[in-house]
Amino acid sequence: MRVSSERKLAGFKQGRNGPSNGMKLHEYQAKQVFADAGVPTPDSQLASDVDGVVTAAEEIGYPVAVKAQVQVGGRGKAGGIKLVEDDDEAREAAESILGMDLKGYHVDRVLVEEAVDFTDELYVGITMDRGEGKPVAMVSTKGGVNIEEVAEEDPDAIAREHIDPAFGMHPYQARKAVYDAGVDQSVARDVSSVLTTLYQLWDDKDGADAEINPLMVTSDDEVIAADAVMNIDEDALFRQPELAEMEEEAAGGDELEQKADEYGFDYVRLEGNTGIIGNGAGLVMTTLDLVDYYGGEPANFLDVGGGAKADRIANALDMVFSDDNVESVVFNIFGGITRGDEVAKGINEALEQFDEIPKPVVVRLAGTNWEEGMEILNEDLVTVEQTLEDAVQRAVEYAEEVSE
Amino acid sequence: MSVLVDDDTRVVVQGITGGEGKFHTEQMMEYGTNVVAGAVPGKGGQEVSGVPVYDTVHEAVEEENADTSVIFVPPAFAGDAIFESLDSGLDLAVAITEGIPTQDMARVNKRLTETDTRLIGPNCPGLITPGEAKLGILPGNIFSEGNVGLVSRSGTLTYQVVDNLTNRGIGQTTAIGIGGDPIIGTNFVDALELFENDPDTDAIVMCGEIGGEDEEEAAAFIDENVDTPVAGFIAGRTAPPGKRMGHAGAIVSGSGTGTAESKISALNDAGVPVGDTPEEVADHIEEFLA
Repeated sequence: MRVSSERKLAGFKQGRNGPSNGMKLHEYQAKQVFADAGVPTPDSQLASDVDGVVTAAEEIGYPVAVKAQVQVGGRGKAGGIKLVEDDDEAREAAESILGMDLKGYHVDRVLVEEAVDFTDELYVGITMDRGEGKPVAMVSTKGGVNIEEVAEEDPDAIAREHIDPAFGMHPYQARKAVYDAGVDQSVARDVSSVLTTLYQLWDDKDGADAEINPLMVTSDDEVIAADAVMNIDEDALFRQPELAEMEEEAAGGDELEQKADEYGFDYVRLEGNTGIIGNGAGLVMTTLDLVDYYGGEPANFLDVGGGAKADRIANALDMVFSDDNVESVVFNIFGGITRGDEVAKGINEALEQFDEIPKPVVVRLAGTNWEEGMEILNEDLVTVEQTLEDAVQRAVEYAEEVSE
Repeated sequence: MSVLVDDDTRVVVQGITGGEGKFHTEQMMEYGTNVVAGAVPGKGGQEVSGVPVYDTVHEAVEEENADTSVIFVPPAFAGDAIFESLDSGLDLAVAITEGIPTQDMARVNKRLTETDTRLIGPNCPGLITPGEAKLGILPGNIFSEGNVGLVSRSGTLTYQVVDNLTNRGIGQTTAIGIGGDPIIGTNFVDALELFENDPDTDAIVMCGEIGGEDEEEAAAFIDENVDTPVAGFIAGRTAPPGKRMGHAGAIVSGSGTGTAESKISALNDAGVPVGDTPEEVADHIEEFLA
């Protein structure tokens, strides 16, 4: 039984403005991938200093757009995209954009791109519809704006065609999506062709999302990809070596989240002061929720994963201690494949190196080998609670005491 | 009584010669699970903990009458391993593997519509019928025999809730971990239907989390089709939009779908109380059974 409704369809789409489970290519990288596959893209060059921007602009020919290469939505509104007409403007734009902080991301490169004179802006995209377990191709004549808002407010403005992953997209499906969206007859064939190529790329390269917004239509009835989004399924990078190479350290972003990447933790930094460590995504989320429920504020989500050994446990404590906002830590382990004795060893190891424990740690151990763990655990260094609820309340109290 | 697995289930372990496969095969057998074969290409003729290993699942079915597989195959090969079990005419396949490429799962999902084999997972802890058999990595000692069916997207959260139940002397018919990925074989609706049709299941716990719309679909299904009382729990109330909370499937989209609020209100509308804490879930179940 499936509840199939517009409500479900609207909003599953994940573009640059939304979440993605994937590794995100930069615009310039995605454009290169699209161009190599035959999608028309504007003439462009990457530049990382002011002179480079001016030289690139002269070679391409004015007017050009100077576009910050960071993976955040709403670059234009945030001042990360500027249209320039001459060298002076190019220099000015380069000076303001290069080095700027765009929603927490440091801009160290810009794409200098031929400005396209357009008459229409379309949207084309491929993503996985998780509800259906199938890819879906989408086309809309309302491109150039936040497509998620369109999906929310006017879902009928986006034509959708689900694709059987065993067969791939039939040519008629590309045409159908394009005609259903109401794309003008004069460019329908070209848009179908772009959509077909986009699906091929999505399929070949283990895409999570592939989209062009806007796909511009020129006065000569040509189509051209003015932006490009390509997110790759991280779980498939092992078979996409050339794309894996494009993955680079995000310029900027949260230092602690980068550190978590190095340690191989699932970690999300939040705003609060109660640090949280646990095993298993659902239980860690629940621990966050309980911190909130008991009046505290979670500082982070940190899942050590299954079967963590002592050194991993010690690394997790180190991570959470390095967050200056953290005033107390709740360490909640319900062992299945994770063993209580290993957890206890790791906690001792991490805490015994301090003359004074930097932040109070509340430990709750349950499941596999918890009794062995309790024997090993140095109870002079931590507070032990028997239940999840008690452990969370105690950690919240500690955090409040320090904040007062 | 129970659903999907009992002491007659004949299990083939795919990937039995790997570290995890071997360890958990032994754990399953210790619990009483009837593991009749292993299947690992190139390892046919060997034995692991007394269990004969075959090169293919087909052979394990022919030689040992295996009817269920448990899959501990690395992610790059797990999609293929699932296809192999679907094409071998098994009743049930349980994929424990985490990190299978989503496009592989989309193809598996398509194949599932063409076979009679049921898939649990992937990226799940498996399932257990206390006192009879367990398939997967769940710690058997926390479960107890009883009359509550449990279905959950998360492994350790399942353990937590089971612990709250077991501490009050409330046991389980079967507990099913359906997995935390965006595309899974058995979803909440499927599991609820199984429990609804099981005469020994007198109450159901459903543990969901943020992301996707499976909980909302389950709520609609409960409203129409389920007479057995259901208590719910939803993890991820404090998760910010756009951040993946560990599970590939646990993410609130930028446009606000997949939120805990939406799931909780859908369940409440279907008459399902949702606990603020795991302890409250146990309170509701205790009331149902009183």
